[in-house]
Amino acid sequence: MPDSLPPDSVGLVEPQTLHFDEPLTLACGQTLPHYDLVVETYGDLNADRSNAVLICHALSGHHHAAGYHSLEERKPGWWDSCIGPGKPIDTNRFFVVSLNNLGGCHGSTGPISTNPDTGHCYGPDFPVVTVKDWVDSQAKLADRLGIKQWAAVVGGSLGGMQALQWSLSYPERLRHAVVIASTPRLTAQNIAFNEVARKAITSDPEFYDGRYAEHNATPRRGLMLARMVGHITYLSDASMGEKFGRELREEAYKFGYDAEFQVESYLRYQGERFSETFDANTYLLMTRALDYFDPAYDYDNDLAAAMSQARCEFLVLSFSTDWRFTPTRSEELVNAMIAARRKVSYAEIDAPWGHDAFLIPTPRYEDIFTAYMDRVAREVQQ
Amino acid sequence: MRADLEIIEKWIQPESHVLDLGCGDGTLLDYLQREKQATGFGLEINPDHITTCMGRGVSVIEQDLDVQGLGNFHDQSFDVVLMTQALQAVRRPDIVLDEMLRLGRECIVTFPNFAYWRLRWYLMRQGRMPESETLPYKWYNTPNIHLCTFKDFEALCYRKNIQIMNRTVVDSEHRYRWFNRLWPNMLGQIAIYRITR
Repeated sequence: MPDSLPPDSVGLVEPQTLHFDEPLTLACGQTLPHYDLVVETYGDLNADRSNAVLICHALSGHHHAAGYHSLEERKPGWWDSCIGPGKPIDTNRFFVVSLNNLGGCHGSTGPISTNPDTGHCYGPDFPVVTVKDWVDSQAKLADRLGIKQWAAVVGGSLGGMQALQWSLSYPERLRHAVVIASTPRLTAQNIAFNEVARKAITSDPEFYDGRYAEHNATPRRGLMLARMVGHITYLSDASMGEKFGRELREEAYKFGYDAEFQVESYLRYQGERFSETFDANTYLLMTRALDYFDPAYDYDNDLAAAMSQARCEFLVLSFSTDWRFTPTRSEELVNAMIAARRKVSYAEIDAPWGHDAFLIPTPRYEDIFTAYMDRVAREVQQ
Repeated sequence: MRADLEIIEKWIQPESHVLDLGCGDGTLLDYLQREKQATGFGLEINPDHITTCMGRGVSVIEQDLDVQGLGNFHDQSFDVVLMTQALQAVRRPDIVLDEMLRLGRECIVTFPNFAYWRLRWYLMRQGRMPESETLPYKWYNTPNIHLCTFKDFEALCYRKNIQIMNRTVVDSEHRYRWFNRLWPNMLGQIAIYRITR
């Protein structure tokens, strides 16, 4: 963190914890009697409470989307490039709400929270929550904040799935859904990668069937492997090639199996760092939420029939080198919206960074995002 | 609004569901949405146009007709399918016309007339591929790879059993002149056809 905050930053922000006493019934049939949601907000809510934008996070995300928690913080929030004064989600015009989802490990109720029935942490007993459950909890959050209708619900990847689910679960409660680098359902290949990640975690001897906390252990190696394989799917062949190529850490081959190539040490570093900060049970839960998401399932696999429930307008964006959720997946979604006669705009943005491109600003991405959100802002300020 | 768009607008019923192929900056769709409560989509490939459409609330889909076709749209899912000044630039205009008529009850197309007298004169006098205000390109860099005349277009419609509902001819400023009507294939610069099957 530099000595002063950049002028286009939302500045210093402070998360707050909101407690909900009303029970929440989940898709799995279980009920959470009460729960906490950790939330950050940026910008000001206008008089008629119509300028609120909800940010939904992806697999390993959390509530800290923009700004800094302190001057010592090395990096700003995870989507600081798109949220702030003058940025696509302009905090001079919007009241931005960002939360950590249920089941997360950054303060909202999840596997590391205390189970009121036992007095110990939930661990593996925390129910599997779905995208629909998250949206239900986010609707309770909107009620709490006095927001009847979001100007927009915005998310990338798993966050885009939440934006999509909002349009189906609460059609009247949002004006726009911005669905970036997402998909209407995972493919077999996507689920397969998730399974490798889960297997890496559950087969770690330190996992103890998810009760590692009770054993004072952490399945660090499993979590590290899970993140390493996940990370490969977030990048593209080209971007990895450009970043590392076949570069070695030292001059010559050592004819061993340590990290000799730069890409190996990068992946190990990413994995290690992640395993120190993320909860293994949360990782299992988040990947399962991805697997289960399939709004067409309830409509005989007819996505257009599902989409005809929606009332909001959509912006769908994909990235050319994203092979995790390819442009074809976004087009599948867009075509269902077209068939359902929903208002939708779509663009495939040329970017070399694979799935991660949704976090990295490029001129065209910024132009489109800004133009669209500018229009959303003009609508609510009339 | 461009004069040809004003003519087209009159042929579109209120509350129509419209597909505009090559919608540009979305001027026509924006107008149809506001003044005629029309719904629908524009297809476009120019990034700046796409951004402009999104900023003005026109639903725009980035899709290249020549690469992706129109297979993602259902049969007879639109009241009107439009294509202004782009038919001559697609790889197979005949197939695009079939596709347009598959998607829409009616279609409206506009294109430049290669039999316009100035172009004939240019070719006769200079012996080179004509260049004009409406066709400001060299033969090697023109996007207009399938130029045709009004007669050519009507012959294609006849062969394909396409009915011509209306036909209007305008000049390069898109003004309607009496002499265009007198001898359209010689004196008309831009044709606007309303067709169905």
